[in-house]
Amino acid sequence: MTIDLKFLVWLIPLPPLLAFFTILLFTRGSKVLSDIVAVGAMLTTFVIAWFVLIQAVFFTPHLGENPITSQFVWLSLGPSIETSFKTGTLIDPVGAVLLFFVPLTALMIFIYSTGYMASGSYWTALVEHGRPELALDHVEHERADHPEHTNEDDPNASAGHGHDKVIYDSAGRRIVKFDATIWKARFMAFISLFAGAMLLLSVADNLLLLFVGWEIMGACSYLLIGFWHNRIYPDEPDRITPAKAAIKAFMTTRVGDVFMLIGIAWLYSFTGTLSFREIFSEEVLHTMAATPALPSFGIGLSVAGAIGLLLFIGTIGKSAQFPLHTWLPDAMEGPTPVSAMIHAATMVSAGVYLLIRMFPLLSAGWTEGGPLTVPMTAMAVIGSFTALFSATIALAQRDVKKVLAYSTISQLGFMVAALGIGAYVAAVFHLMTHAIFKALLFMGSGSIIHSVEHGEEHAHHHGHHFEHSFDAQDMFNMGGLWSRIPVTAWTFLIGGLALSGFPFVTAGFWSKDEILADAFAHVPVVFYVLAFSAFLTAFYTMRQIGLTFAGAPRTHAAEDATQTDWRMNLPLIILAFFAITAGWIGIPAALNPLGINPFHEFVGGTLLEHPETLPFNWFPMLTSIVVALLGLGVGWAVYVRKPLAAGEVDPLKRTLGPLYTLFQNKYYMDQLYEGSFVRFFAWFSKTVVYEWIDRGLIDGLLHFIARGTEWLAFRNKDFDTYVVNGAGDELAEGVGNLGEAFKYVQSGRIQQYLAVAAAGLLMLAGVFVWAFFLR
Amino acid sequence: MIPLYFYLLVAAALFSMGVYGVLARRNAVAILMSIELMLNSVNLNLVAFWRYLAPDALNGQAFAVVVFAVAAAEAAVGLALIISIYRNRETVVAEDINMLKW
Repeated sequence: MTIDLKFLVWLIPLPPLLAFFTILLFTRGSKVLSDIVAVGAMLTTFVIAWFVLIQAVFFTPHLGENPITSQFVWLSLGPSIETSFKTGTLIDPVGAVLLFFVPLTALMIFIYSTGYMASGSYWTALVEHGRPELALDHVEHERADHPEHTNEDDPNASAGHGHDKVIYDSAGRRIVKFDATIWKARFMAFISLFAGAMLLLSVADNLLLLFVGWEIMGACSYLLIGFWHNRIYPDEPDRITPAKAAIKAFMTTRVGDVFMLIGIAWLYSFTGTLSFREIFSEEVLHTMAATPALPSFGIGLSVAGAIGLLLFIGTIGKSAQFPLHTWLPDAMEGPTPVSAMIHAATMVSAGVYLLIRMFPLLSAGWTEGGPLTVPMTAMAVIGSFTALFSATIALAQRDVKKVLAYSTISQLGFMVAALGIGAYVAAVFHLMTHAIFKALLFMGSGSIIHSVEHGEEHAHHHGHHFEHSFDAQDMFNMGGLWSRIPVTAWTFLIGGLALSGFPFVTAGFWSKDEILADAFAHVPVVFYVLAFSAFLTAFYTMRQIGLTFAGAPRTHAAEDATQTDWRMNLPLIILAFFAITAGWIGIPAALNPLGINPFHEFVGGTLLEHPETLPFNWFPMLTSIVVALLGLGVGWAVYVRKPLAAGEVDPLKRTLGPLYTLFQNKYYMDQLYEGSFVRFFAWFSKTVVYEWIDRGLIDGLLHFIARGTEWLAFRNKDFDTYVVNGAGDELAEGVGNLGEAFKYVQSGRIQQYLAVAAAGLLMLAGVFVWAFFLR
Repeated sequence: MIPLYFYLLVAAALFSMGVYGVLARRNAVAILMSIELMLNSVNLNLVAFWRYLAPDALNGQAFAVVVFAVAAAEAAVGLALIISIYRNRETVVAEDINMLKW
């Protein structure tokens, strides 16, 4: 090897980060150039990452004991290099797994984005009358100059900077069509930064660097979810707007991040290091597990447990676990590639990845088969509850992306629960397979939406007309797409089967089966909950496929839908390939022709103690086959065998009755938060913070000081006017008057002067005589 | 012999007439002539003092000659100025020549 691998690892996050700056600074005016920069950078990263991956997997013996690491001193703290804060990179088996799927899915998403963002040179936003909007200033200005263009789609009404257009619909509402080039380039820049941050997080060898990547992703998700920040839905007042969804996502994950940061700080103050490998030495873990936390809450909480819980709260926020899950479905307001990026490959995976990374800490004091530690119990409970909870919500969703969003929450619940019961390898496995097939499904759904939108435009003949009533994401507006968009349909089916855990073929089956097998062996309750969730998963997946593709089209838009272009199809096909094959590397030893479970052997090497391979048990395997097939079968019977006609209500609604309404309204969690937290804090921030503290106290103080200063300034002015200027003026005037009075002495008559001189001389002479002679 | 103060009295009378002429005459030429009177009264003094007090030295006579020379030059310049003024203003009355004033 001429190139040292450990230096190559540093280069992995670099190209997308550079692409971010390049696009924003130089190429934002050109979509093609920005696409090339972003995809080129991601491709470079992909090549480096997979090169490192291949080296690590096949040419590095005992990667678990001898990971690829490099470190340098970041912050010089304390007297010696030992106490300094070091940062660096770490590629161990778990890191290698991330290097497998993160660059792969990211690259696919990048290629897909170039296609997704290709159509339409405008993006449209409806702007209410009289409502000030950001970024509309120049348009507003132009509009004042052309008041006569108020009603029609007039080409002369084009306005302002770039080629933004303002048109008005029949109801007199103002619609702005933005020149989209710069937005498309900006989109590529944001996802580049996002990918760079995720890769940074993937290769980080310490919690602080991981947290840096974590927070950059948080900021990027805010930017991307709110990408259409001018979009509002005047016809659906209850629907969340992208701008609000972005704030919601940011604020909700912030709750988790604060706890996580506290956990990191506590960990650093306790151990003096944040490096994974140093924390996970046996003695550090032992000390942490043995020291009781203050307070221990009466449940024997150790320091390890307390820190573990704090970090877990970070994951709850980032991976959208109950009760901080509400941001994720609303994040669907972002463009679809963002959904794939955030909700499949990267951000939500980062939360689970944190738990996987910190598993030795979370499980400190736990032995295989022994009682679970406090954080593990919390993870098992919250994970399995979330898995079931959001699977039920997914049953009743209408929006094609929201089904996937809730499905994502549910699948992340599977992983969290798996870690909670100690199924370390299974969680890693499911993280990997889920990232691939969920990215596939999200991009598939984006492709569906895109096709339907095009169908809708086609149906209306002229795309200028702005339609509010039609929702291209509503599955009840679809149907019959199977023959119209075959590539999307086939790949979506493959992704859906992988998500359902279709036996033996798909990746999802093997990873989910491994979780179920572990759960059955250790905590049967979790097993039953997850198995039922898996049944629901299969059912709602089939419902989605049935509603979307089966039967006859329910709207004109669906009738006119056409297949998207190759840039959107190629990633689907590639990911569909991996959605099937990625699972084969983790086939249990008993069924594996190799005689071992290669994935288990490889990933298990990360831990100090190699996790034992479970003896093969037919019951969980059979269960996962049965639940998957049963769910798919019931879904097929309800939604595919008898496809829904246009205007027909969901048959599930008849069966479930009020439960359906409950699920459809997401257990009223949003309303609960709205009523309990949001409204209070909105009131608090508006009334107390804004009106009282900010406007009243701070502004009052400022105004008081300002008025006092103003008063002083006026007094100062008076002093200046009357005293300083007055004295100067008076003096000058006095001198002037004096001169005026005496100037007549200068009469110009020579004899007068001489007479005066003579008189003076006489006087002097008199004085002289008096002084010298008469005195 | 005529005492010294006779000469001094004559010179003082002459000087006073000159002063009066300078201050009181309206004609600029007359004023110039009055100045000549004053200069000559001084010359009379100088010569008288030389003759009575220091007949051995030549200082008094030398001074008198210098005063003649100055008087001649002054009369020449003064008359030239007066002629020039007369050509411009057609007057030689001193109190009318009063342009240099406030």
